Amino acid sequence: MRLFTVKRHIKDSFRSLKRNGWMSVASVSAVTVTLLLLGIFLALVLNVNKLSSEIENDVHVRVLIDRGTTKSQKQHLKTELKELKDVATVQYSSKTNELKKVVGHYGSSFQMFSGDDNPLNDVFIVSTTEPEKTITVTQQARKLKYVTIASYGGTQAKQLFKVMHTIRQWATGFTILLLFVAVFLISNTIRITILSRRDEIGIMRLVGATNAYIRWPFFLEGAWTGLLGSILPIIALDFGYSWLYRITAVQLTSFGYSLAEPRYFLFVLNLLMIIVGVLIGAVGALISMRRFLKV
Amino acid sequence: MIQFINVSKKYNRTYALREINLRIEPGEFLYIVGPSGAGKSTLIKLLYRQIRPTSGLIRINKFNLTKMKNRNVPYLRRELGVVFQDFKLLPRLTTYENVAYAMEVTEKRPTIIRNRVMDVLNLVGLASKSRRFPDELSGGEQQRVAIARAIVNRPKIVIADEPTGNLDPQTSAEIINIFENVNRQGTSVIMATHNSEMVNQRPHRLIEVVQGQIVRDENKGAYHHAAIYR
Repeated sequence: MRLFTVKRHIKDSFRSLKRNGWMSVASVSAVTVTLLLLGIFLALVLNVNKLSSEIENDVHVRVLIDRGTTKSQKQHLKTELKELKDVATVQYSSKTNELKKVVGHYGSSFQMFSGDDNPLNDVFIVSTTEPEKTITVTQQARKLKYVTIASYGGTQAKQLFKVMHTIRQWATGFTILLLFVAVFLISNTIRITILSRRDEIGIMRLVGATNAYIRWPFFLEGAWTGLLGSILPIIALDFGYSWLYRITAVQLTSFGYSLAEPRYFLFVLNLLMIIVGVLIGAVGALISMRRFLKV
Repeated sequence: MIQFINVSKKYNRTYALREINLRIEPGEFLYIVGPSGAGKSTLIKLLYRQIRPTSGLIRINKFNLTKMKNRNVPYLRRELGVVFQDFKLLPRLTTYENVAYAMEVTEKRPTIIRNRVMDVLNLVGLASKSRRFPDELSGGEQQRVAIARAIVNRPKIVIADEPTGNLDPQTSAEIINIFENVNRQGTSVIMATHNSEMVNQRPHRLIEVVQGQIVRDENKGAYHHAAIYR
């Protein structure tokens, strides 16, 4: 295609967008509403996913080491733990260190247990490659020598995994469903605008325009519609999310969690909305006009 | 040159055209006359490959329309100029843009397009209305835009289907003048019409179609629509 034809198509697509007046406004609005819904939901789902994996990753296997175990025996146990299937890392925490944690959580009154009075055990904190593997790793660790107890939070953790799994499944399902709704809504609106222009397409064919020549301006117009439609949702979501991030930051960090950091997260989300808008707009236009391009 | 050899066209079980044989030489002016439903429009539609014949062979210059693939139809249409009773202008484009569009699809350079479009608009007397939209023009003016669009690519053949059907007698005469001017420059003009007054005042070769068949083919033939079909 020649350069001046490319320029012509781009010019034609803008001209058509402008002269279509209210039809263009209707298409852009449909894209705006749909992308806004999609954006809000995506932000929600991605954060639920992030929080749930953070919570899950907090679950570790705590392997309490028998009192009186020597250094070399501990080393042996560490190697054995590392060799277990699905184990990612093994971290040692001495009983002194464990007491510090207790004091940190429950107050200085526990300081009286320091020194030889420390009733706690030395601990290996084992994290698994996937949170769900925690249970099997615990069972295996219990069978090893020098292990007093190996625990992972029992039924509570089991329930947590179950809930998180369900939340993730539903969220993914809803996202896919909403994406379909977006595709359907946007391409339907574009189909209506193209339907009103079927005569025009017929005339273009009569004066010798090839299908490709007719398609280009419609394709570009669809893309611009998608792009214009994504502006408002992006602005709304960027402001809304940044605000939400600020007001939840204090409470969530006190539990050790946080929403996704806005700068990178919003960049990805904005890009995604632009891509979805432009792609659905352009492809929707092509699909809608296909049947008018037959001789 | 245009050639129809044993061409028939059937819609469902009814023949719109039956065993048509016709030859049109370059530079001819041909009227196609006949009552409504006789098959005139079908003949015209076959010419610009809006429809395919049920049987027979149609040739226009280098194109064999019977065997032509759909993707090649635009290239045939670029060598024809087609004018309709209802003008068929693009409503969202101005006079200038409507005419230019027919050249743009052939990927001509913008400067060439600009000069040629203005020349043609001058020829049909609409240069001063180049920025108007079709709904801001009278019927006669819209038809002149359609003619400008049809001749802008300097086609060898111009086809017109009832071009004066929606126009008053004076405007019709102006439109015919333009067609005759185009014809004088060597372009073949094929015009389907009901307008017996015009046909008789401006005699050219005439074929009459009745019930899907050519019943008359005369040079400078007269046509008495009302007398025969009253």
